[in-house]
Parts: sequence; C-alpha cells; structure tokens
Amino acid sequence: MKAAVIVFPGSNCDRDLAEGFRKAGLEVQRVWHKDTALPEGIDIVGIPGGFSFGDYLRCGAIAANSPICREVKVHADRGGYVLGVCNGFQVLTETRILPGALLRNAGLKYICRSVGLTVTESQSVFTRSYDAGETIRIPIAHHDGNYTADTATLDLLEAENRVAFRYTDNPNGSHRDIAGILSDNRRVLGMMPHPERACDPSQGNEDGARLFAHLATELASA
Amino acid sequence: MKARVHVMLKDGVLDPQGEAVRHALLGLGFGTVGGVRQGKVIELDLADGATEADVTEMCEKLLANTVIESYSIQMS
Repeated sequence: MKAAVIVFPGSNCDRDLAEGFRKAGLEVQRVWHKDTALPEGIDIVGIPGGFSFGDYLRCGAIAANSPICREVKVHADRGGYVLGVCNGFQVLTETRILPGALLRNAGLKYICRSVGLTVTESQSVFTRSYDAGETIRIPIAHHDGNYTADTATLDLLEAENRVAFRYTDNPNGSHRDIAGILSDNRRVLGMMPHPERACDPSQGNEDGARLFAHLATELASA
Repeated sequence: MKARVHVMLKDGVLDPQGEAVRHALLGLGFGTVGGVRQGKVIELDLADGATEADVTEMCEKLLANTVIESYSIQMS
C-alpha cells in the first residue's frame, strides 16, 4: 500500500505523518505542493499539520488552491482515501472536500496539549479499531480549531454518523464538540487532533497508532 | 483601476477577536460600545478593463470563505 503526504511551505508535521503511515507498513512518498500529479498507485493521501503559507488570508486557503490540491480533489471525488490532520483538516474544508470551516479558538489562545476524545463513530477505515463510545487521548496543537458549520450541516453530519471524534472537554469552542468528521462516502477524515503524535512509546501515548495500523490492514485487504 | 474588498464573518458566526476587542474597549472606559466585529480589507490593483464580476469571482474562489464570511466590493 502506498501513501502520499503533501508538503506545503510551512507544513511541519509532514515527517511525523509519513512516519505514522510508515510504521503501519505503508510505503510513503512526500509530494511537493507544486506537483501537478499524485504518484501512481496511491491508496491514501495524507495532508499534514503545520502553517501552510503562514496561515495567510485564512488557515489552509492558499494551500487549498495549490496545484496538488486539484489532484487531491480528483482523488477524493474518485473515492480515494484522504486523511487531513490539523492544518490538513483546514485545507480539506477550504477545498470543500469536507463541509464547514475552522475558526479561531473561542478562547483566542493557541492550545498545545493532550485532550480526551470520544470515538463517536467507529464505522470507517480510520476508526474501526476503536469501539464506539471509547475515550482515547490524542494531542492537539492549534489556534484555529473551532469547528463551525450551519445547523443544517451539523444535523446532517450527525444524522449520517459522520462525526468521527468529539472532545470530552471542548477546548476550542467547536460546535457540538466536534474534533473530526468524515466525508459522505466515509473515505475522507479531517481531524484537528494529531494521531501521528501518539504513535510510539517515546511519545508517551500510542492511541493514535491504532488508527494507522487498522487503516493499513483495511487498505491491504481492499 | 482599483478594487477594495471587505470581508466580514457572517452574522451569527462567533467572532472571538471582535469580542476581545470589545472587552478591551470597555476596559478603557468606552461604555458606549455594544458590539465589535472584526473583518479584513483587501485592496487590489487591477488592469484596465477588469470588472466587478472578475473581483466577485476572486472573492468566491479565494478571498472569502463563503461558509463563514460575507464580502462586499467597491470599485474605483
């Protein structure tokens, strides 16, 4: 199985995300934002955290209009798998691959710490290793993680069981405690917390490793 | 020619920065301040012949995120 991790100027979690995929057994290629095609035979695209283009204009807005993101959209529209973490989640909303938007944290502060997440939905390749309702701990590190969408969109996400993770103790004002959402075909996951930072004993927490490990297993059997 | 684009968070979208500014103004004794909304202004230098429709397209594609923001355009 092959993963592509997109690199923008200002990405700073691309190596960590690549390592998360690699440890799970995927072959990983990092792909520059100016590239106009994804490598052949890619199973999943990872969009990493960081501050792409310095967060100028809006977080993820410039990255979402980069040449490679047109290809990521084609890949997602074709039913390809995509994982966007933190700034990657912001990029996915800016490309409209996922609905809603990420606003400035309600408390205005950048928050960097480990938080509790409830796995709201376990029926996806990303979350099937967790039990629905299980609480895990994953680090967050963001200034703009306040998930916002209109009421109709939020109701739809809940009705279709597309809220993958909720904060147990909402740190940023996100509507309905949302920390991560799935696309309507459940093959795209955007989340503010960083599972790649909870993948190794040296990180003090391996709750995120299960996401990558199970993803690799399911992609291999698909 | 020039265009000036105002981008604001839509009504009903929480604006924590505007709220912080409101608190600061109240702290300075400006008791008349009821609410503050903070947005941004983008000035564009355009080639002759550019139209408001062009700028609208720029707003829709990049300058504003219409999920959370509204925009207005002044051409001059």
